[in-house]
Amino acid sequence: MAEIAIKGVAKRFGGFTALHQVNLAIADQEFMVLLGASGCGKTTLLRIVAGLETPSQGEVWIGGRRVDHLPPRERGIAMVFQNYAVFPHLTVFENIAFGLRMKKLPQADVERRVNRTAELMHIEQLLKRYSGQLSGGQRQRVAVARALAMEPDVILMDEPLSNLDALLRLEMRAELKGVLAASKTTTIYVTHDQVEAMSLADRIAVMHQGRIVQAASPVEVYRNPAARFVGSFIGNPPMNFIPATKAGNGSWSVAGLTLPGPKSDKQKIEFAIRPEDVDAGSEGLHATVRVIEPLGPHTLVTCDVEGGLFRAILESNASVKVGEQLRLAPKPDRVRWFDPETTNAL
Amino acid sequence: MHGKALPYLLLMPATLFLCVFFLYPFVLVAFEALTRDGAFTLDNFRAMAGSWKFPVTVRNTLLLAAIVVPIQLVMALLMASVVSRLETGRSAALYIFAIPLGISDLAAGLIWLAIFDQSGFLNTLLAHLGVVDRPIMFLGYQSKLTIFIAVALAEIWRATAIMMVILVAGMGLIPKEYYEAAEVFGAGPWKRFVRITLPLLRPSLQTAIILRVILAFEVFAVVAALGGTNLPVLMGETYNWQFTLQDRNVAAASALLILAISIGFTLFFLRVLRVPKEARI
Repeated sequence: MAEIAIKGVAKRFGGFTALHQVNLAIADQEFMVLLGASGCGKTTLLRIVAGLETPSQGEVWIGGRRVDHLPPRERGIAMVFQNYAVFPHLTVFENIAFGLRMKKLPQADVERRVNRTAELMHIEQLLKRYSGQLSGGQRQRVAVARALAMEPDVILMDEPLSNLDALLRLEMRAELKGVLAASKTTTIYVTHDQVEAMSLADRIAVMHQGRIVQAASPVEVYRNPAARFVGSFIGNPPMNFIPATKAGNGSWSVAGLTLPGPKSDKQKIEFAIRPEDVDAGSEGLHATVRVIEPLGPHTLVTCDVEGGLFRAILESNASVKVGEQLRLAPKPDRVRWFDPETTNAL
Repeated sequence: MHGKALPYLLLMPATLFLCVFFLYPFVLVAFEALTRDGAFTLDNFRAMAGSWKFPVTVRNTLLLAAIVVPIQLVMALLMASVVSRLETGRSAALYIFAIPLGISDLAAGLIWLAIFDQSGFLNTLLAHLGVVDRPIMFLGYQSKLTIFIAVALAEIWRATAIMMVILVAGMGLIPKEYYEAAEVFGAGPWKRFVRITLPLLRPSLQTAIILRVILAFEVFAVVAALGGTNLPVLMGETYNWQFTLQDRNVAAASALLILAISIGFTLFFLRVLRVPKEARI
């Protein structure tokens, strides 16, 4: 049992605040992805959980034990580093065995565990090689095997796939998901790649400027962004936003259209819709087509709506031309609203 | 001009310089060592080895190297580890540690002579503290051990920094991630030093040790200043044969012996501390 609790963790580097009072609870065996742009504090948070960085404030609990004052080796964690950190002076076998040797396990146990994890990661044939003789993908596998061999309660992964080429990344992603699910460890996984986050996570914690903006399941994060940032960061292309002005109690005027919305005292809020949640037809937002990008399964159409950019994903057989006027009808159940001051969802 | 030839052309002057002023004299010395009155002979080596002082000089030189170099190695590793970990004042510490490097070995010998001399600082201090009533002859011909200790101290003081500077540079090349990985996977500070720093520092250790061992076999001025003829060493004997005994041929033989020992140890450390190509950082 290794649930993780991050309670009020803050980190300041000199005058710069990398993390503001972060709270996050991760369940036992959960796969939690910390997602955000570079500099959002996700790696700092991971390193605080690992014990490689000391929090300026707050507590870290792993498996019901407060660990923020313990060195990394006493936290029951294993880690996969962004640049793998496969020791160059040791063979693959000794790299995987490193942590087990530190624990002073008997040689027979070391061999058994190394062989088993090597087999799991399909690197049995590389055990006698040195890091310098491996490709990036193979090093990655060694780094994961080294972490798994520890049979840790918690595995921490810092952008483990970011140095692999696209095809290999896809392959490793699927493999990691299977291996980690089978290992029954709690995982914290840091990435800036939203596709990676969506495909791996049980839950995603979206981070922005040192804060967790939303922590929820991938579908929830995608469908119901808790803040404007989440909607604009997740999804490719991102959500469309259009200013809305009050038209009545619970109805809002959006680019000339009157739509039912939240009841609010505010005069101005923001309307938001994902590009795939509009239908081209005879009703809806007035849009002028600017760019058409056929992508195969569908067509991405960039339009002008009320002087702002609006992206719509239409069926690939939709016959639209540049300069054409379209009517784009938002699907009512997919419309979201944001408060422009707090940027939170309404 | 062909691009491939350029680097060789640029190296040419230095190579020529070395050939003229090093290789040529070296061949001359080797020739002198192996001849007497124009005929090839090993008599010069026999004369050198036959001298009653020879076993003593070899013993003194080897003993000095065997004691000084390991102590320096440990101290240099310790100092380099501390300096590498400094976040501020690192270059200041490096400069201070490196001060003895700027002093010639004779000057270094004289500084320590000023300490251990009959009317030197140490005696003055001991007299002021009332520990002794009259000055002690630290460096007299009867106190070979204190001479040896004084020479060892002077050598350690003088030449540890060169090893440290090399090791600090080497430690700077080890990526921080390896230490973090070792820390996460259970290695405490000592284990990290033994299992990560030392193996990854091998190329620098190799350079530092070879350089230092060669210098140790060439020890001369410090010994001359502190011990005179009371602590004969190989280089001192070579000097003796050349200038006191006026025998260039035996002096050349003696110089060749020092070279042979240096080459022998260099090859030994190149082999022992070799890093296989695939295991480099």
